[in-house]
Amino acid sequence: MTEEIIRVENLYKIFGPSPKNGMKLIKQGLDKDEIFKKTGMTVGVQDANFTVNSGEIFVIMGLSGSGKSTLVRMLNRLIEITSGSVFVGGQDVAELDAKGLTELRRNQMSMVFQSFALMPHLNVIENAAFGLSLAKMNKEKRHERAMEALTQVGLEAYPNSFPDELSGGMQQRVGLARALAVDPQILLMDEAFSALDPLIRAEMQDQLLSLQEKHQRTIIFISHDLDEAMRIGDRIAIMEGGRIIQVGTPDEILQDPANDYVQAFFRGVDPTSILVAGDIARETQTTVIKHPGKGPRTALQRLISQDREFGYVLDKSKHFLGVVSTDSLKEYISADKGASDFSDAFLENVTPVSTNDSMQEIIDEVATRPWPIPVLNDEQEYVGVVSKNIFLQTLQKK
Amino acid sequence: MSWYTFDEKIIPLDSWIQIGVDILVEDYRDFFQYIKMPIEQSLEGLDWLFNTINPWVIILFFAFATVKYVGKRATFFVVLTFILIGLLGLWEDTMTTLSMVVLSVLFCAIVGIPLGIASGRSNRVETFLRPLLDVMQTTPAFVYLIPVVMLFSIGTVSGVIATIVFAMPPIVRLTNLGIRQVHPELVEAGEAFGATTMQVLIKVQIPQAWPSIMAGVNQTIMMALSMVVIAALIGAGGLGMPVFQGLNNLNIGMATTGGIGIVLLAMVLDRITQGMGQNN
Repeated sequence: MTEEIIRVENLYKIFGPSPKNGMKLIKQGLDKDEIFKKTGMTVGVQDANFTVNSGEIFVIMGLSGSGKSTLVRMLNRLIEITSGSVFVGGQDVAELDAKGLTELRRNQMSMVFQSFALMPHLNVIENAAFGLSLAKMNKEKRHERAMEALTQVGLEAYPNSFPDELSGGMQQRVGLARALAVDPQILLMDEAFSALDPLIRAEMQDQLLSLQEKHQRTIIFISHDLDEAMRIGDRIAIMEGGRIIQVGTPDEILQDPANDYVQAFFRGVDPTSILVAGDIARETQTTVIKHPGKGPRTALQRLISQDREFGYVLDKSKHFLGVVSTDSLKEYISADKGASDFSDAFLENVTPVSTNDSMQEIIDEVATRPWPIPVLNDEQEYVGVVSKNIFLQTLQKK
Repeated sequence: MSWYTFDEKIIPLDSWIQIGVDILVEDYRDFFQYIKMPIEQSLEGLDWLFNTINPWVIILFFAFATVKYVGKRATFFVVLTFILIGLLGLWEDTMTTLSMVVLSVLFCAIVGIPLGIASGRSNRVETFLRPLLDVMQTTPAFVYLIPVVMLFSIGTVSGVIATIVFAMPPIVRLTNLGIRQVHPELVEAGEAFGATTMQVLIKVQIPQAWPSIMAGVNQTIMMALSMVVIAALIGAGGLGMPVFQGLNNLNIGMATTGGIGIVLLAMVLDRITQGMGQNN
């Protein structure tokens, strides 16, 4: 899973008549604006370094003009590399000759474009088989492979349609099928869903994720949409002005933004769709470990001494059993049922949430219950609670 | 010293050209006569072919082409047009003109489409070709008609060559335009999937530029037809002949009939080549 498949080292792109001079200026320590003023050349990508692991979705995010499209095009050298290396499976793409490059593009890396870029004169199946036909595969075989790819994206019913007869979402599915048909290790997706309307976009993201469950491909996804990046990215690289300023998992970046630019990105983001209960759960509440010898009275004593209204009852291995309140305990004691089993004192309607539930999913529970909501991990162990206060605080912080 | 007021000629360009043409004619006439051979042969062959085949076979051929590329209604019109041409007594002249047009357009396409592709892919080639095309298109035909006759003698071959000079530019220009108008993303997509330069050209650029290339062919045909009368001045046969002779003898009826023949042929060829561009 963590096998590295792409390694980018000190990658630069300078657009202009003499990129070599530009590189000299960069080595002298001039920045992007100074170089532009002096020579009129634009630094597209500056000292990019990152690695992509096999099977992950790596999102490169940035505003337009941040160099993300340039960066992804240097991975298959649609744009020539000015300086630096791109190792794909140990082979430096920058060193490849024309033949090697053709091989790389035909077999290892394929691409999905923002504008779909389907051939209008070819029907759906020929479009899906486009890469295979360039590799001179015979018609029967390439149609078979293209059909498989079309089935994967749910377009098996339209092989003979032409692109202009399809909706945007369907066209991009053809684009995706075209990329999948060559069975690449690496999929480059340049703003692949940006031209689609939000509903279709979400649908396509889901489809990509479900495809990814079946075949673990390495996907490099370019996006300017943070919600999209958060939704599909295993890791995210954030670019600004040609530089990569932060690489990390969505959580890491959200919790600890590298600078104001990154933070600004998140300002517009709805944290409830990204943060999960596990991220904001706190162990601030009183817990009561239930075992023989410690009955309801001990529990009540503990709540009163800690000035808490609610107590969270666990067994010895921290498994969650229920929630009690001072009132429910008092009632239980006055009924004088004795014994150390006070499960009758548990409050009704307590539904613990999972650490993986997003804030959006637990908001109802948090809002309607008077007690902080217990959060359990996959082993049903108690990890903390989400109170209204914590919830609101999280919202306000962003 | 008085101011020069442009009332004297300083550059004797006319005599230079005169000398140039004289040298060309005296020393290289044999060479040009030699080039003329293959053109003459194919022209005669084509003319003979069109005039030997039964007219109804030719009409049938055009009818098929129209059904395939345009539609049924147009086919009706095309067949009627050819019958009208025959009834007007213009069949033989029309076939001669057709063979001249076919030959010169074929040549224009063979040379012009690659030139157009080259200039579509390279700004340098385009910068070089553009003034050349301007010259070919705007130089009055009468200016180069005489040298052409001096080199190739009077006859249909000279007519074809003059036609080629005049009719070539549109096909080059429109092919160039078509290649340039192919969406860069499509070319990029081709490259991203491992297309070689040749594959990009054949699988992406030419199919996308096809309507524009066919519009170029169409325009070239129209230009070739518009040269028919001028070609007749230097002894080329065909539909230009009755027009030219009619004008000489003030025989308006004859001239008009020839003109109508040209227009009818132009309409047929226009329809069919337009259809070829759109259907693809």
